[in-house]
Amino acid sequence: MITIKTTDRYNITAFRSFMTIILSLVAGLGVISIIFLMAGVNPLHAISEIFSGSFGSIYGFKETLTKAIPLILIGAGLTLAFRAKFWNIGAEGQLLMGAIFATWVGLTFGELLPPYFIVPLIFLAGFIGGGLWGIIPAILKIKYSINEVISTLMLNYICAELLTMLIVGPWKGKTRFGFPGTNNLPDSAILGLIPGSRIHYATLILAILCAIVLCVVIYKTRFGYEARVVGENPDAGKYAGINFLKTSLILMAISGGLAGLAGVGEVAGIHHYLGYPASVSSGYGFTAIIVAWLAKLNPLFTIISGIFFAGILVGGDAIQISLGLPAATVEIVNGTLLIFLIMGDYFLNHKITLQFSHT
Amino acid sequence: MNAISKSFHGIHANQDINLVVESGEILGLLGENGAGKTTLMNILYGLYQPDSGQIKINGNPIRINNPVESITHGIGMVHQHFMLIQNHSVIENIALGYKDTPFFFPKISIRKKVEQFSKQFDFHMDTEKKVWQLSAGEQQRVEIIKALLNGADLLILDEPTSVLTPLEIKELIAIMREMKAKGHMIIFISHKLDEIMDICDRVVVLQKGKIAGSADTRNTDKKALARMMVGRDVVFNINRERLTRGERVLSIENLNVFGEKGFQVVKNISFDLFKNEIFGIAGVSGNGQRELAEAITGIRPIASGKVTINGKDITNTSPRHIYDNGVSHVPEERIRFGIAPGLFLYDNAILKQHHLKKFSKRYFLNYSQVKHHTNTIVDRFKVSTHSINNQIRNLSGGNIQKLILGREISEQPQLLVASHPTYGLDVGATEFLRKHLLHLRKQGSSVLLFSEDLEEIFELCDRVAVIFQGEFMAILDSDDERFSDIGLMMAGSKRI
Amino acid sequence: MEDIIISTLQRAMVAGTPLLLATTGEVICERSGILNLGVEGVMAMGAVTAFIVTITTGQPWLGVLVAIGAGMAISIIHAFASITLQANQVVSGLALTMLGLGLSGMIGKPYVGKPLSIKMDDWTIPYLSDIPYLGKILFTQSPFFYLAIFLALVAWFFLERTRLGIQIRSTGENPRATETQGVNVFRLRYLSVLIGGGFSALAGAHLSISYSKSWIEGMTAGRGWIAIALTIFALWNPGRAIWAAFLFGGIFVVQYLMQPLGISPNFLAMLPYLATLIILFLISLKDPRKLNAPAMLGEPYKRGER
Repeated sequence: MITIKTTDRYNITAFRSFMTIILSLVAGLGVISIIFLMAGVNPLHAISEIFSGSFGSIYGFKETLTKAIPLILIGAGLTLAFRAKFWNIGAEGQLLMGAIFATWVGLTFGELLPPYFIVPLIFLAGFIGGGLWGIIPAILKIKYSINEVISTLMLNYICAELLTMLIVGPWKGKTRFGFPGTNNLPDSAILGLIPGSRIHYATLILAILCAIVLCVVIYKTRFGYEARVVGENPDAGKYAGINFLKTSLILMAISGGLAGLAGVGEVAGIHHYLGYPASVSSGYGFTAIIVAWLAKLNPLFTIISGIFFAGILVGGDAIQISLGLPAATVEIVNGTLLIFLIMGDYFLNHKITLQFSHT
Repeated sequence: MNAISKSFHGIHANQDINLVVESGEILGLLGENGAGKTTLMNILYGLYQPDSGQIKINGNPIRINNPVESITHGIGMVHQHFMLIQNHSVIENIALGYKDTPFFFPKISIRKKVEQFSKQFDFHMDTEKKVWQLSAGEQQRVEIIKALLNGADLLILDEPTSVLTPLEIKELIAIMREMKAKGHMIIFISHKLDEIMDICDRVVVLQKGKIAGSADTRNTDKKALARMMVGRDVVFNINRERLTRGERVLSIENLNVFGEKGFQVVKNISFDLFKNEIFGIAGVSGNGQRELAEAITGIRPIASGKVTINGKDITNTSPRHIYDNGVSHVPEERIRFGIAPGLFLYDNAILKQHHLKKFSKRYFLNYSQVKHHTNTIVDRFKVSTHSINNQIRNLSGGNIQKLILGREISEQPQLLVASHPTYGLDVGATEFLRKHLLHLRKQGSSVLLFSEDLEEIFELCDRVAVIFQGEFMAILDSDDERFSDIGLMMAGSKRI
Repeated sequence: MEDIIISTLQRAMVAGTPLLLATTGEVICERSGILNLGVEGVMAMGAVTAFIVTITTGQPWLGVLVAIGAGMAISIIHAFASITLQANQVVSGLALTMLGLGLSGMIGKPYVGKPLSIKMDDWTIPYLSDIPYLGKILFTQSPFFYLAIFLALVAWFFLERTRLGIQIRSTGENPRATETQGVNVFRLRYLSVLIGGGFSALAGAHLSISYSKSWIEGMTAGRGWIAIALTIFALWNPGRAIWAAFLFGGIFVVQYLMQPLGISPNFLAMLPYLATLIILFLISLKDPRKLNAPAMLGEPYKRGER
C-alpha cells in the first residue's frame, strides 16, 4: 500500500522558492502544450513562437517592454493590496479612471502649459483618478463590510461604461469623423518615446521607481508593517491598535493610483487619445494579478514578472497572427500559469513523501 | 492502548503509553496542561494516527483511522472545546453526529430519539434552540447525548468541568454515575485533583507525554498525585510583600458591555485599582471576563459607563490611545489576537509598540532597535527558537505565549491587564511569570489579573473580585475569611 | 402599455433565469465553505459546450448535459486547489475564470456568429397559462425557467431537510467539528464545488441555446460575478435566491425599456452593476449577525491541525 504523507516545511530558502516557481511555470507550460495539441497546433512550435516573438528580436523585446510598463505599475500596487489581504480585482477600472482624469487634464490645460509642467500634471491627475476609484471599495469594505472582490469588479464594469459614455457623448472629438473617441491630446501632453520603439520612457522609469519605493514601503516603514499585520491577522491588527480605515484607504489609494499611472502611460504614451475601454487596456488589470502573484507579492520582483508576462502578451499576439489562434489564447496561458503558481505554493510549504508499506 | 507514541514537529506529545480501561469503570487521566492527555485521547478517537503502538478492544487489535471507525467501535468523545456547530440548532447538531440519521427529514426522527433519551437521563433540552443560545453546561449535554445515541460504551470526557459552574459540575457527576451504573466506561480527563479523587475509580497520571504513574483512588491521596503530575513537590515559595497601595490608577464606573451575540455580558461593574496593587478577578470562564478586559483595553465598545486611567477618561477610545496611556494587555485568546503568524519573531515582538518613538523614526521602522529588543525578550523569557528571523507560526504554542508575555510586560506598564497569563505555561515559566508580576507591583505598576486558577489568585492578589454572569459577587481582600465560600460565589449563589 | 409591462416582466423572468441557476449553485458551494469566484468562467464553458453540441447534433438537451459535465470537470481545478492544496480561494477562483473564458473563446471560435436553428419551444402550462397577466409572465416560458425554479426549490429542500444538506452546511460552519462527527469534509466540499460548477454551466447553456441562440466570446457579460453578489443578497438561501434573481432580471430588462426615453445606453448598461453595489450596501446596513454567512467561508481547512 502506498500512502502519501504531507508535513509542513519550515525554513523555506530563497533558492527553493525560486525553483518552485520555475517548476510551476514549466509544468504550466506542459499543460498549455496539451491544450495547444488539442487545438491542432504543434505546442513546441507555438511556445517557441511566443518566446521568440517577445524576447527573440529587438522589435519584439521593445514591444514587450512597452507592455511591461503597465504590468509593473499595476502589479507593484497589487502586491501591497494583496499583502494586506485586500483583494483588489479592480485595477482595470482604476487604470481607466486614471486615463479619464489624465485625458481631461491634458485636453483642458495641454495647450496652455509647457510640457515640463503638463506631463507631471497629467501623471498626478491619473494617480488621483485611479486612487479615488480605488478608495471607494476600501470605504465600502471597512465601513460597510462589502466584499471587495465584488465591489472592485462591479466598479470595473461601471468605469468602462462611464468611459464609453464620455467618448460617445460629451467628449467625442471632432477630429474622429464621427467615431467614438476624444481628440488627440496636445503635443505638450504626449510622452516622449525611446526612438524606434513605443516605449514611453517616463512611465517606464516611473514604474521601476515605484516598484523599488514600494518595496521599501512594505518592508521598512510603519505603514508597510501595519499593512502586513492586518493581512496576516486582522484580529491582531485590531489588538495592536491599527486603524483599519486609514490603512486600507492609503493602500488602496496607492494601489489604485499606480493603476491610474498605467492608464496615463497608455493614453499619453501610446494612443494619444481616449478610445474604447478595450483599446485603452488589453486586460492589464487582470494580468497584473498574476504578475503580483508570480513576484511572491514582493514589488521589486514585479519588474521581472511584469516583463515575463508582457512577453506572453506580445508572444500571444504573435501566434494569433502566425498560427491563427483566437485572442483568448493568452487568457488560457495566463489562467493555467496562475493555477500552477498557486499549486506550486503548496509544494513549497509542504513536504510530500510517499510511504510504501505492506499490509 | 499499547506503547502509543506520537510526535508533532519532532516534539514528543506521547511516548510509549499503555492504558487499560475496564467496563463499568471511571478512569481519571491526570496531567498538567500540555502533558499529552488530549493528544492521547484524540488518537483513541481516530483524529490522529499514532506513530507507533496498538489499540485493542476486548483483546482484539484494531486500527482507528477516523472518528467514524471509533464510533462504530463504541467510543465517544466530548471534547474540551465542544465540537458543535454554533449557528445550527441542537437537533441539527445531533442529526449530524448520529450514525443512523435518515436521509430525508432527519430532524423529525432525531427529535423523537432525543425526547426518549431526555426522559431516561432526566435532562431538559430545548431541541429547537441554536447552540450559541445554550449555556456551556447545556452544550455539554448535547455532546453527551450525541455520544450515547451512537451507542458509546466508552465515553471520553476531555476536561469537562473546566467550563461549568459548581452546580453544573454536580449535575454532570450525577450523569456520570448514572452511566457507570448502566455499564459504560468513562475516561475523565482533568488537571483538578479534587474532582479526580471524587469521581474516579482509578487514575493514570501523565507527565510530559509519558506515564508518570497510576493508582486506585482509594489507595492514594492528592499529595501523591500532585507529585506525580508535576514531577516534584508543589511548593510555591512566592512571598508577597506587604506594600501600601499608592494613588488610584484605574477607575471603572458602572460599566456595561455587550457580547458577540448582543447579550449584555458585563453588568454595571465598578471598581478602582491602585498603584502597587494586584487586583484579581476570579470566576469560571465565560462570565464576562474576556469582554471586561477587551472593553478596558479598547478592543470592544462600551455601552455605558466610564473608564479612567490616572484621572483621564479613556472610555471608548482606540486601543492605541489606551496603550499610550500606559495600559498593556495580555489577551485571553493569545494566538488569535496576539500574533501575525506569517511575520517574523521580531515583527511580532513590537506588535503593539511599533509606533513608539523607540522603534520608529517618522515613517520608518528602526529594525536594528527592533531586533535588539526582540533578542532581549527572547533571552529574558527563554523563548526557544533558532533565530529571530523565523516566522512565528513555526514556534510552539508555549513559546509564542512567552514572546507575547515578554512583549507586554517588559515595558513596565502602569496598568497590566492580564487574562489567564500562566495558562498553558510549564511550571518554570509560571513561577517566573508570577515573580515578575509581583516585581511589577513592587515597581509601582498595578495589575488586573483574570484567572481561573484560585491558587494563583490568592497567591498574587491584594484584592479579589468574584465575577458571575457579568456581575461582581464580592470584592474582598484576598486574606478575607469570607472567601471560604468562593465556590458558592462563583456559582452565583452567594453575594457579599 | 399593458403589453409593454407584460412583455417586460416576461423578459425579466428570462433574464433572471441564468442568474438564478448560477446563484443556486454558488449558494450550495459557499454553504460548504468554499468561495468559488470561477462562476463567470464556468458559465462561459457551459455556454460554449452546450452551443457546440446542440448545433452539431441538433439535440439541445444533450447539449445541456454535456455542458453540465464540462462545468463540473473544469470546476475540479478549483476544488483541487482550494480543498486539497488549501490554496487561496480568491486567487484560485480568478484563475478558473481566466481559464474558463480563455478555453471557451478558443473552443468556440469557429462557431462565432453561427445562428442556432434548433428551437427550444416554450412550455405552455395547461390551464395556468390562461390566467390573465400571470399566465403569460410565469407559465409560458422556456423549460430553463421552470428548471431553474424547480432546482432552486430542490436545493432549498436539500440543504434544509436532508441529512446531506445538514452535513454540507456544517462543513461550511465548522469543518473541524464536522469531521469529528465522522463526516468526510473533503468529499463534501468537492461535491459542493462540483454541484456549483454544474449549475453555473447550466446557466451558461441557457444563455447560448435559449436566451440568445448564438455564441460569442464574452457573452456571459459579468453575470457570473452578479451571481456571486446575489448569493450574498439571498443570504445563502436558495429560496430567497428565486426572487433576488428575478429582481435582477428586471434590472437587466429595464435597460431596454428605458432606452427610448433618451437616457444614455451606457448609463443603462451600468445599471445591473450599480444595482449590485447598492443592494450590497443596503444589506450591510442590516445587522451582520443576521447575515447568516457560513462562518468558515473562504477559509482553507487543514486536517489534523492542532
